[in-house]
Amino acid sequence: MEGFTATTGRNILFGLYDDEVKLLDAVKAANAAHLDIDEVYTPFPVHGLDPLLGLEESRLHQAGFIFGSIGCLFGFGFMTWVFTRDWPIIFGGKPYWSVPAFIPITFELTVLFAAVGMVTVFYIICGLGPGAEPRRLHDRITDDKFCIAFDATDLGEADVDDLKAYFARTGAESVHNKVVPA
Amino acid sequence: MSGHVAPVRRPLITGSKTYHQITEDICRPTETAPSLSWIITFIISVLCLGLFAFSVAWTIWVGIGSWNLNRTINWGWDITNFVWWVGIGHAGTLISAILLLFRQKWRTGVNRAAEAMTIFAVMCAGQFPLIHMGRLWLAIFIFPYPNTRGPLWVNFNSPLLWDVFAISTYFTVSLLFWYAGLVPDLATVRDRASGLRKKIYSIASFGWNGSAKHWQRWESLSLILAGLATPLVLSVHTIVSFDFATSVIPGWHTTIFPPYFVAGAIFSGFAMVLTLMLIARKVLHLEDYITIEHIESMNKVILLTGSIVGVAYLTELFIAWYSGYIYEQFAFLNRVMGPYYWSYIGMMLCNVLSPQIFWSKKMRTSLFWTFFMSIFINIGMWFERFVIIATTLARDYLPSSWSYYVPTWVEICIFIGTLGLFFTLFLIFTRVAPVVAIAEVKSILKSAGDQYIGPHAHAHHGHGHHVPAGANDHAAGTTVDIEDKDDTEIH
Repeated sequence: MEGFTATTGRNILFGLYDDEVKLLDAVKAANAAHLDIDEVYTPFPVHGLDPLLGLEESRLHQAGFIFGSIGCLFGFGFMTWVFTRDWPIIFGGKPYWSVPAFIPITFELTVLFAAVGMVTVFYIICGLGPGAEPRRLHDRITDDKFCIAFDATDLGEADVDDLKAYFARTGAESVHNKVVPA
Repeated sequence: MSGHVAPVRRPLITGSKTYHQITEDICRPTETAPSLSWIITFIISVLCLGLFAFSVAWTIWVGIGSWNLNRTINWGWDITNFVWWVGIGHAGTLISAILLLFRQKWRTGVNRAAEAMTIFAVMCAGQFPLIHMGRLWLAIFIFPYPNTRGPLWVNFNSPLLWDVFAISTYFTVSLLFWYAGLVPDLATVRDRASGLRKKIYSIASFGWNGSAKHWQRWESLSLILAGLATPLVLSVHTIVSFDFATSVIPGWHTTIFPPYFVAGAIFSGFAMVLTLMLIARKVLHLEDYITIEHIESMNKVILLTGSIVGVAYLTELFIAWYSGYIYEQFAFLNRVMGPYYWSYIGMMLCNVLSPQIFWSKKMRTSLFWTFFMSIFINIGMWFERFVIIATTLARDYLPSSWSYYVPTWVEICIFIGTLGLFFTLFLIFTRVAPVVAIAEVKSILKSAGDQYIGPHAHAHHGHGHHVPAGANDHAAGTTVDIEDKDDTEIH
């Protein structure tokens, strides 16, 4: 590709589609032709795309469960420790360890830990955060264009022509080329 | 995306929108100069916020004695306003969480603004317990942290402390949920911006790029947060009601309080959402996204929750009579016919009787009556909290200490001030972030857009393509005659 050297980054060849149905058909065509899709970008979650791309189901809920369990045990354990070990006080003649009264706070801490933990994990595994600059190929991808991207860094002229033919065949609106940091 | 759509479903997006038009329409308010009406409203809100700062400073400087609370009536406008604001803060999470679990597509048009409203309302609510402490700088004592006073811990058996945990958890989770939904839309704004705005939105959108894996995780996150927020939203107002229900004051010590408070909270929250959305759709030209369908759905929720609240009011009276316990009976007789009878009448009129007009489809789909009712319900729900708090306390165990409470100018100004805080924040929000969830609206376009479903559906964007924004109200308002045209084929 024009003036491109392998040491400066990766060369991404991507096509833009104007409809999610065309995108899904194009991904199916790529799978049939054994083309190795690097990434797909869409303006909104497109249902049915994950199995075509072979994406495994997200395991975020497991993180949520673990953090929630920690919050639950921490909340209940802390209140138990305070009222039975650290500073036992009798409130209204009730037992020190008055379990029913601990339920609301235990519940709130379960939810708080699960939510905060899961959201944090989400941003970390996605590499998102203030100042994060992941690969952004085209400004219209967050608007109305559906993008299929191939890594063309190590591809020869013939393979690139194949990909361009594939884009033309599947109805891509436009095909672009962008060098991104490795 | 499209899938099967039941024929009874009406379009939720009108004007034959394309994906790009949705982006344009919803991003526009953040990209253009504010209108004159926005500027005037903003100035008024900021002035009210100034009044808040002044009256709070006055309270702190002079002391709680500047309020008209006394030994008999130790909770007045402060806690009334607190409960009122917390109640309003319930609709957002209900819309975004419970309606997400129920797969209600109409939530996409209003969830963003409703969640923002939730967050701002909870911020307003939080002011009152803080100011009520008098010594604001000791507010940190409400959290159990290792301290040099023993360490002396807080009372984990107290509903007031449960409230601290419930409200702060609710605020945090709502904020995280709202912002996670906002990230992709802020990225949309970023990709349209240039210069300094692009820099700011780049930071705010966390570098979102819309990759398939990110969307998958994002949807998973939304669903689980919705699952967590659903019991949370119910727990918060339950715990607020425990502030009253676990005390031994006749009129407060009732087991009906938790469900009654939760229904009331949803009721008042939806009313406030309607108040805001009816104005926002007009001012920001979002009539195609917040349609009569959305408004009608919300009015149905209002009718349901208003009726639940009505049943609760009557059940209270019945149980008081049926208990055979004279102190309980007196408390409720006093509530209805005592010195604050006018607030009880206001509550019954605004909350129970007037929402019944929504049994009529004509009323549910009328913008005027919806707006009128939303204001009416906001007032009625304020009266409800005032009735529960002030009238109960005004006639306590000792007739010699009976009292009558009227707020001082300081208390009134603090309340007006929180309205200023709320509207200031909301108006800023309408300028800096997409008021409607762009990505979510796009994801329902093919199953809820009027060119795909409904009487005017046509596959190849032919006639009726450019419906003027103003005309849609009229078109949607007269949906009664849609029934006749239902045989129109969806090509």
